[in-house]
Amino acid sequence: MIINHPLLGPRDAQEFVYLGDATLIDRPDWQASEALDRFYEYLYLRDNPAGMHRELWFHEQGDRSWLVVTRNTVTHEITSVELARDVARARGRSK
Amino acid sequence: MRYSGFKIIAQALTGHRGWKPVWREPEPKRSYDIVVIGGGGHGLATAYYLAKEFGEANVAVVEKGWIGSGNVGRNTTIVRSNYLLPGNEPFYEFSMKLWEGLEQDFNYNAMVSQRGVLNLCHTDAQRDAFTRRGNAMRLHGVDAVLLDREGVRRIAPFLNFDNARFPIKGGLLQPRGGTVRHDAVAWGYARGADTHGVDIIQNCEVTGFRIENGKCLGVETTRGFIGAKKVGCAVAGASSQVMAKAGMRLPIESHVLQAFVSEGLKPLLPGVITYGAGHFYVSQSDKGGLVFGGDIDGYNSYAQRGNLPVIEDVCEGGMSLMPMIGRARLLRSWGGIMDMSMDGSPIIDRTDIEGLYFNGGWCYGGFKATPASGWCFAHLLATDMPHPNAAAYRFDRFRKGLMIDEKGMGAQPNLH
Repeated sequence: MIINHPLLGPRDAQEFVYLGDATLIDRPDWQASEALDRFYEYLYLRDNPAGMHRELWFHEQGDRSWLVVTRNTVTHEITSVELARDVARARGRSK
Repeated sequence: MRYSGFKIIAQALTGHRGWKPVWREPEPKRSYDIVVIGGGGHGLATAYYLAKEFGEANVAVVEKGWIGSGNVGRNTTIVRSNYLLPGNEPFYEFSMKLWEGLEQDFNYNAMVSQRGVLNLCHTDAQRDAFTRRGNAMRLHGVDAVLLDREGVRRIAPFLNFDNARFPIKGGLLQPRGGTVRHDAVAWGYARGADTHGVDIIQNCEVTGFRIENGKCLGVETTRGFIGAKKVGCAVAGASSQVMAKAGMRLPIESHVLQAFVSEGLKPLLPGVITYGAGHFYVSQSDKGGLVFGGDIDGYNSYAQRGNLPVIEDVCEGGMSLMPMIGRARLLRSWGGIMDMSMDGSPIIDRTDIEGLYFNGGWCYGGFKATPASGWCFAHLLATDMPHPNAAAYRFDRFRKGLMIDEKGMGAQPNLH
């Protein structure tokens, strides 16, 4: 698989480390009253779709940036690659 | 029809015209007491033990494709019970004991071959860990032998003992481990279940569950609705997909694991050998091919094929451990989809939906577990109580912090 890095261009997936579903960006509020349930779901439960999947890849052998890769889990086709930083900021994080 | 040596001779003399189909192809009835989803090793074993050991006469197995078309036909056929943790070891040893009596039990040649499983260690720390694991095994009544370098050399003199970076320091041997003919396991269980009256319904995909007031009443399939007092789901690889139809999210990711086989060679390997400095394990099939594999690819996948970096990594491990493997040509490689759970251990449990039970999360160790998984799941389905040997495989262990993390990796499926 080739991951089209937004800053570095096409890179071999071998340079990256995989973390999992991109919902891991949305860490629950630890002070919320239902934090225990939320963290259980955040940490352990996954949608695990067959088809389009937004997921986190870390460019460990490169510029060490986190990417959100949209990839089809049935065909391995990658349709979009974004910087995780931009995705998080677009959701109002780390203004 | 019971199989025996006499039968084979009699058939040989009469031109093999008397063999009958090994199982029936029944139409689905409108309802059953228990419906098992998934006609793989675990589902068929569940149905077999339900009928044979728990006296359930009204059982069906529904399978999307043909039986044995999934991971039971795609694995590397190794059986062993060399686990460390108390939640795992009694279960896998129970499975080992069932393997040992399996062929007589279901009257089918599954080619159970206890030729030994040897895990190599390459550092002092690794030997300490193996000593600990071997002691844990022996405390559970399982055979374990700690070998020194010369002990390994006596068993496998062809290994690379001159590797300066990863010297072979010794190994942990389980002599009772070995290999089993994987397809024959599915066929044997299917035949045994069918003989005991189980309906095996192939080409029947489950498209949904009928759930009313928190109770599961049966399954919707491509061949119509099939009612059931209890439904058991044993579809590892596709667990998330099937259970999503019941509105459940699982602590599971699906990953692809690749396996490889070389051209046929003369008898070479005495048993199963695993490399401790990289992820590589190898055995030799009865046809002579070297059967080997390594890590999962490490990203979510439902494609039954992997990518080249892992192939390269596995072959590097092979070359490092036994350089002569470089002279053999690779015949085939393929991939299977694994239910990778969050702690690397399986789940055999009821769900929050009454009458719906789940068996899955086998990671890449499902084949060796097949008999015990079937027995324990049948126990749960028939009695509503977990089998003592599978009592730790609960859904709520994640919420309660009771993980069975054999490798100590934490909640990241691609590291197990």
